Amino acid sequence: MTVVNSTPAIESRQLNIYYGKFHAVRDVNLSIERNKITAMIGPSGCGKSTVLRCFNRMNDLIPIARTEGEVLFNGQNIYADTVDPVQVRRHVGMVFQKPNPFPKSIYENIAWGAKINGFVGNMDELVEESLRDAALWDEVKDKLHQSALGLSGGQQQRLCIARTIAVKPDIILMDEPCSALDPIATLKIEDLMRELVENYTIIIVTHNMQQAARVSDYTAFFMVDDSRTGHLMEFGPTKELFTKPKHKQTEDYITGRFG
Amino acid sequence: MNLTQKSRRLDEVAISVFLFAAATLSILTTFGIVGVLIQETWLFFQQVSIVEFLTGTRWTPLFVSKQFGVLPLVLGTFLVAIGAMLVSVPLGLMAAIYLAEYASDRVRAILKPVLEVLAGIPTVVYGYFALTFVTPLLKSVFPETQTFNAASASIVMGVMLLPMVASISEDALAAVPRSLREAAYGLGGTKLEVSTQVVVPAALSGIVAAFVLALSRAVGETMIVAIAAGQQPKITFNPLQSIETMTAYIVQISLGDTPHGTIAYQTIFAVGSLLFVLTLIMNLISYYVTRRFREVYE
Ligand SMILES: Nc1ncnc2c1ncn2[C@@H]1O[C@H](COP(=O)(O)OP(=O)(O)OP(=O)(O)O)[C@@H](O)[C@H]1O
Ligand SMILES: [Mg+2]
Repeated sequence: MTVVNSTPAIESRQLNIYYGKFHAVRDVNLSIERNKITAMIGPSGCGKSTVLRCFNRMNDLIPIARTEGEVLFNGQNIYADTVDPVQVRRHVGMVFQKPNPFPKSIYENIAWGAKINGFVGNMDELVEESLRDAALWDEVKDKLHQSALGLSGGQQQRLCIARTIAVKPDIILMDEPCSALDPIATLKIEDLMRELVENYTIIIVTHNMQQAARVSDYTAFFMVDDSRTGHLMEFGPTKELFTKPKHKQTEDYITGRFG
Repeated sequence: MNLTQKSRRLDEVAISVFLFAAATLSILTTFGIVGVLIQETWLFFQQVSIVEFLTGTRWTPLFVSKQFGVLPLVLGTFLVAIGAMLVSVPLGLMAAIYLAEYASDRVRAILKPVLEVLAGIPTVVYGYFALTFVTPLLKSVFPETQTFNAASASIVMGVMLLPMVASISEDALAAVPRSLREAAYGLGGTKLEVSTQVVVPAALSGIVAAFVLALSRAVGETMIVAIAAGQQPKITFNPLQSIETMTAYIVQISLGDTPHGTIAYQTIFAVGSLLFVLTLIMNLISYYVTRRFREVYE
């Protein structure tokens, strides 16, 4: 990729998120670069998932969640009244902490998202291509029509990634995608992310410092204040943030001295 | 201290003996009923061949020339039951999807109990509703409608079964894990696509079990058909005509002046046994479907 597109893939401005009266996240200004992996790290409860889920309006599914501020996707505020969250999610896909394949066949798991998005090409090809991109093809090519629930956890998670890329989103959000997987499956997913980032922008939430250091180009460190409200503490290229953090808390957290 | 403990243990023994007796009594009663049913049915089949009973197409035990083909009663029963399913299945499923996927918590908290109260209305009320309200309505639309007819019983029975279908299906939909909905919404699914293409298929075993249960209730339902569907055992697929179901026939003979011990009287045990077997099969199917198609979530 030689084309340099300087506008961020997605960007939050003065983002504030509430669950009922609880102020979960305050004043997050975060700009995500295209075709890069951005890691979000921070102690439990600091609002990483909450912020991540704002990037594709997944928080709309939680009735008590309320969002203030802007999230700009290609320069357009996805929280504007005229925006349909369904359309947002077609451009910003999501992979969850626990693998959650549909109780359908492997093939249908991939085809479903494409179908509802009005895909009109050759479905067999799309399924194969998505599975290849997710490094799962060789393991499942002989059982495409068997239930996806019969796969191992790591395979299921790669299926969920394949299902997400079949929709051809611009951005893929991943919320601790490896936390339910063993180290080998984890490495597979990390390799996969490095390959996918050629074509996608990836944001990953992780509790694993090594993982953040290994795979990400940028890192966003979140903290909570005394009232348990999360906020963005520090953001920068991963190398810098891990080698010379600007804040004492960042250093404490990444060196494991936190808490 | 020791003494109180001992007396307490005596209490426990007394209670458990009492509960055991109660449980045994109810089991024995069931065996008793089945026993009588089998015995009387056995006597009936001493006189009438089982092949004639199951394949004959005329049911005239009260006439001088008696014929014992049970098919008119069976088909009458299923005509009404299937009609009831045509009403209760689509409406019940839609109500369930609305409750599980669309309704806000507040609306659901009001509607679910209402549905359950609806399920508690005595069936005799439904029966008179069919006869005095639905039948005149049908007559005004289709003048050829007979005063007693299958359609009005079907419609009202469908309404009666609706809360049950809706309630059990809603439970099945609500049991579908949240993570599955999130996955579907995350791929850009609309509410309609997510509910009908992901959540409903994932809950299919529970939904089908609700349907089979409803069918089995429809086949066994007595009061509505006895009041509104008529007493004319005949093979017809026209729901506007008068028919007779197995249950309605049993009521007719039980309440009528047919002398005990006659062959006409014994027919009700044969019909009863058949009804028992049919319902049993349906409940087994429902059980099998739930087991076989239940998806295993971690
Ligand atoms: N659905 C919800 N309703 C109410 N409060 C919520 C909800 N989801 C999250 N919260 C609260 O918002 C805050 C941030 O939660 P969030 O899940 O974003 O944290 P996180 O950084 O992802 O934590 P973890 O690392 O444990 O996943 C927490 O205090 C949490 O209790
Ligand atoms: Mg989280």
